[in-house]
Amino acid sequence: MPEISYLEAIRQALWQEMKRDERVFLLGEDIGRYGGAFGMTHGMLDEFGPERVRETPISEAAIVATAIGASLLGMRPVAELMFMDFVFLALDQIVNQAAKMHFMFGGRANVPIVIRMPGGSGAGAASQHSQSLESTLMHFPGLKVINPSTPYDAKGLMLAAIRDPNPVCFVEHKILYKTKGEVPEGDYTLPIGVAEIKRPGRDITVVANNIMVMKTLAVAERLAKDGIEVEVVDPRTLLPLDTETIIKSVARTGRLLVVHEACQTGGWAGEVIASVVGSPAFDYIDAPVRRLGGKDIPIPYNRGLEKFAIPQDFEIEEEIRAMVTGKR
Amino acid sequence: MSKDKKKGNDKDIGSREQFEEHVKRLKLSDDTLIGLYRTMCTVRHFEYMADKMYAAGKVHGTMHLSAGQEAVAAGISLAVHSDDYLINHHRGHGHFIAKGADINLMMAEFIGKDAGYNHGRGGSMHIADFQSNNLGANGIVGGGIPQAVGVGLALQMQKRKEICICIFGDGAANEGVFHEAMNMVALWKLPVLYICENNKYGMSMDVERATAKLPIAQRADAYGIPWACVDGNDVIEVYDAMKIAVDHVRSGTGPYFVEALTYRYFGHSKSDRNLYRPKEEIEDWKQNRDPIMRFTKHLLQSEIMDEGQAQEIDNQAEQVIVKAVEFAEASPEPDISTLLEYVYA
Repeated sequence: MPEISYLEAIRQALWQEMKRDERVFLLGEDIGRYGGAFGMTHGMLDEFGPERVRETPISEAAIVATAIGASLLGMRPVAELMFMDFVFLALDQIVNQAAKMHFMFGGRANVPIVIRMPGGSGAGAASQHSQSLESTLMHFPGLKVINPSTPYDAKGLMLAAIRDPNPVCFVEHKILYKTKGEVPEGDYTLPIGVAEIKRPGRDITVVANNIMVMKTLAVAERLAKDGIEVEVVDPRTLLPLDTETIIKSVARTGRLLVVHEACQTGGWAGEVIASVVGSPAFDYIDAPVRRLGGKDIPIPYNRGLEKFAIPQDFEIEEEIRAMVTGKR
Repeated sequence: MSKDKKKGNDKDIGSREQFEEHVKRLKLSDDTLIGLYRTMCTVRHFEYMADKMYAAGKVHGTMHLSAGQEAVAAGISLAVHSDDYLINHHRGHGHFIAKGADINLMMAEFIGKDAGYNHGRGGSMHIADFQSNNLGANGIVGGGIPQAVGVGLALQMQKRKEICICIFGDGAANEGVFHEAMNMVALWKLPVLYICENNKYGMSMDVERATAKLPIAQRADAYGIPWACVDGNDVIEVYDAMKIAVDHVRSGTGPYFVEALTYRYFGHSKSDRNLYRPKEEIEDWKQNRDPIMRFTKHLLQSEIMDEGQAQEIDNQAEQVIVKAVEFAEASPEPDISTLLEYVYA
């Protein structure tokens, strides 16, 4: 199976779906000759032309609204918000419009749109270009929120997202763009709302998303040498959230740690923990349930400060050791 | 209702000759003119009935009534095709009725019944009928304006002949998305007709206190969009402007912008005690500029219909609304067991 990057995997999904389905088109800022701020649409203007790779003015609300309007007439738009932080400029259209139309109109309208948004810190982009806002988007029924960690998941979930009849926020992580993994060349979809156990283990369940999956897997590898077996669960989709897989895992391991880059307060870890401790898995819990989120600060510019604003490998490792051994 | 439309004087109504010349130039038959009258009567009866039902405690939520603005709805609907797309604002009953919505289903939705257009999930503010390309009213001021860009874009990409009509109020023109949308729709020459229904107040805010430069329609110049500003209480003038606009948009040359100056009789919504405008102003519009009164006078003066017919049509319109209320009240409430439905497709 060919190894390609996370970014190439998403581009491959967009490319293949545009070949397969003429209703699919892209819209966003600088996605044409420039190829998108992160190069996602590189080469697509030449392949599909300016009508289907539609460059827009800097008008995020209207970009999302245009996708909504077009979807009501049967199109399958994929909109790009250059940075996830810009989602707030379009939030009325996402939350008050797209997420509610199917419901508000009594099931008679479908809004099959995908809104791509690169989030996350690590690029020295400071406070307004580095946020992880996926927890915020989980709060709105009618939306789906996808957050892949691997190239394989990214392609399969993007194809599923475009084919889904609902509005989907597709949250990418800009630091993952260059990470590589095996990705089938052909067409495949992954189910939206199904978590994956990225590594099985008996001692502790660590639920993590996007870049934290990679960090946790590296930590798990090291801990295995010391006889600590970590089960790494990647929800892949935050809305709907596959609590069943998480609860079953915790019932097996007896310990739960949730790791995410988003600011800890109000982060999705709280949702996971509440689901687990209120479930029958509670009876199997052997240690206090913990979470490790980003610091409750805006992301700073300075390299060193930026790094420590979000959970680091050693912090994840210390937390797991303390939870498993009971010693802090 | 007849108290609003019959009493007024003849000020500003124009001569019989002018009227006949105008309708002749527009090739409007007597039947068509009577149809416009019927539409306006139906809208007004719907709105007064809505008010009455609210007063009787039969309406759970709020509503935004368009009595006084009927000529805009009727004039637009005559100019567009039934399969053209409509994106509407929260004061939308009139446009839906004029475009041919099923009044029974509207009334059922208005009082939250399962038989309503939205199965009782939307109410007055969100009535939509996707089967007839009525894409719904919007509770967020200006929320539909940028969505019309997408509808227009899809129509252009699908090489279709329909156009998108997007109606919003004077208040919505000051939302940021208004400008984003005007720019994009002009840039891509999309088949969208933007109609600003200026009823003089955004809730309590007088348009003159809220808008730096009037008319609102002149903002279209900034985007290279042709525009017109018309007397929205003169149904023939509204139709005339809309016809020109619709022909322009349908020809594929790009968007058009029409502002229609009108006035609402009821308050913004039910909590409104009209503290922000003088009673005399409301009375002046009702007595001297009422769109139905003006049009009725013309039709009588030009002998297109007589008093008896006028009364008969008005009675028939009232009966349609009475029947719709009977239908709506006899319809079941949504079952509580369906509460979680329709969240996801």
